[in-house]
Amino acid sequence: MQYLLMIYDDEKIWETMGEGDRGKMHQEYGAFTQELKKSGKFVAGDALQPVRTATTVRVRGGKTTTTDGPFAETKEQLGGYYLVECANLDEATAIAAKIPSAKIGSIEVRPIMKYDMP
Amino acid sequence: MIEDVFRRERSRVLATTIRVVGGDFDLAEELVQEAFVAAMEAWRDALPDEPRAWLLGVTKHKAIDAIRRRVRYRDREAAMALEQQVREELSPSGDIDLPDDRLRLVFTCCHPALAQEAQVALTLRTLCGLTTEEIARAFLVPATTMAQRLVRAKSKIRDAKIPYEVPPKSALPERLEAVMQVVYLVFNEGYAATSGEALVRRELCGEAIRLGRLLVEITGEPETRGLLALMLLHDSRRGTRTSETGELVLLEDQDRSRWDRAAIDEGLVLVEQALRGGAARGGPGVGAYAVQAAIAAVHARAARADETDWPQIAALYAVLLARWPTPVVALNHAAAIAMSEGPAAGLARMDELRDQLIDYHWFHAARADLLRRLGRTRDAAAAYRAALARVGGEAERRFLEQRLAALAIVTA
Repeated sequence: MQYLLMIYDDEKIWETMGEGDRGKMHQEYGAFTQELKKSGKFVAGDALQPVRTATTVRVRGGKTTTTDGPFAETKEQLGGYYLVECANLDEATAIAAKIPSAKIGSIEVRPIMKYDMP
Repeated sequence: MIEDVFRRERSRVLATTIRVVGGDFDLAEELVQEAFVAAMEAWRDALPDEPRAWLLGVTKHKAIDAIRRRVRYRDREAAMALEQQVREELSPSGDIDLPDDRLRLVFTCCHPALAQEAQVALTLRTLCGLTTEEIARAFLVPATTMAQRLVRAKSKIRDAKIPYEVPPKSALPERLEAVMQVVYLVFNEGYAATSGEALVRRELCGEAIRLGRLLVEITGEPETRGLLALMLLHDSRRGTRTSETGELVLLEDQDRSRWDRAAIDEGLVLVEQALRGGAARGGPGVGAYAVQAAIAAVHARAARADETDWPQIAALYAVLLARWPTPVVALNHAAAIAMSEGPAAGLARMDELRDQLIDYHWFHAARADLLRRLGRTRDAAAAYRAALARVGGEAERRFLEQRLAALAIVTA
């Protein structure tokens, strides 16, 4: 079963973080990702560019509208993700709790939908 | 007779069936329901020697049928593995009391990924066998709302794959807190049955106590002892809480010689262990269940009602109130103050809670009792009427009606 671990945190915290703290976070992320890969549960994972680079697209009545910014303004933004292969939700939440950003933001854990195609 | 067996066996058969069919609550409930329908027919003349084995056997056949019906081309292999598992593990022979399955069921129903109201509903439905309507009445929501709550909870278990497992030791404290809350709610549902004629639904209290014992056994956590002690001490008075005609009997009027000594003795030992263990633990220390059990223990130690150490009880409620400030705890604190310092002092405390407890019938009943003792008969009658307007249970209603009638005799 695959789960998407969506990392939500406040970009401002990252921006105002001292060099030392940011370096430490990056180190923790590096170590975490290594460990996850070694466990065989890592499927994919990336960090996203800041939300100021986001563009939102909608198609309404055949007309495409492209606008600057994210779909919704929120205090925490989607900053990255891991896609993991786990036996169950408890495994996935245990991994989510180890993501360094869990200490400053929150991780949303969502199971990937499987379609039963004959 | 058949109903008794059903009520007793349903959760056991269901807990095992859920595991064997791979954690699918809906399928398991369907199968168990079918097995019970078959039992209604087959047991018309006589019960089988081993009703649980019979039920598991029928459930097994129904499960194999259902799995075959559901087979799709792509998951044939998975279906065959499942069928094999059903054949092996639902064979009704040997030791068929499977407490581990019920523990799995408890922890899954009380999983923190489910909203607490869903945890409670699911536990009462699957583990205690209450109907959706009964649970809805217990929590004052429409039956359709409760039905949706149950459906949502079960689909989250399935779709997010909440495991059907007892959590590992490292996750136990967090998971246990949720379970204890649910277990105590179940006990209260049995002890103070909010609906129907029967004031005490013994099997729910027994169920909760059994779950409590299981939690003590596997965790050894002091607070699980506090919870078990609390339930045992309350339950020890069960036989004296209602008269032969089903009328409610107040604590002060109960025949204490008929209190269950064995339950009290066990409860008193557990309270001590819970208090000592909690204090030794540091941090938050003694838990809310242990403090409440200590209050119940003070009552249990008094050989006569007028020997009750009310200042001690008021002090324990003050501890409870300081750490868990809820209006109902405050009401109990006020009632204890009324006993230790006099009805006027208690009434003043209660009147401060009016806004928060206006819909709670025991608030009005407690006020009525203090007003009666202060000789304010007319105010007492008004308060009993306010309580009657809000009461749900039949025995409680009759009790309040009698108190009101007794007032009229005094004034006449």
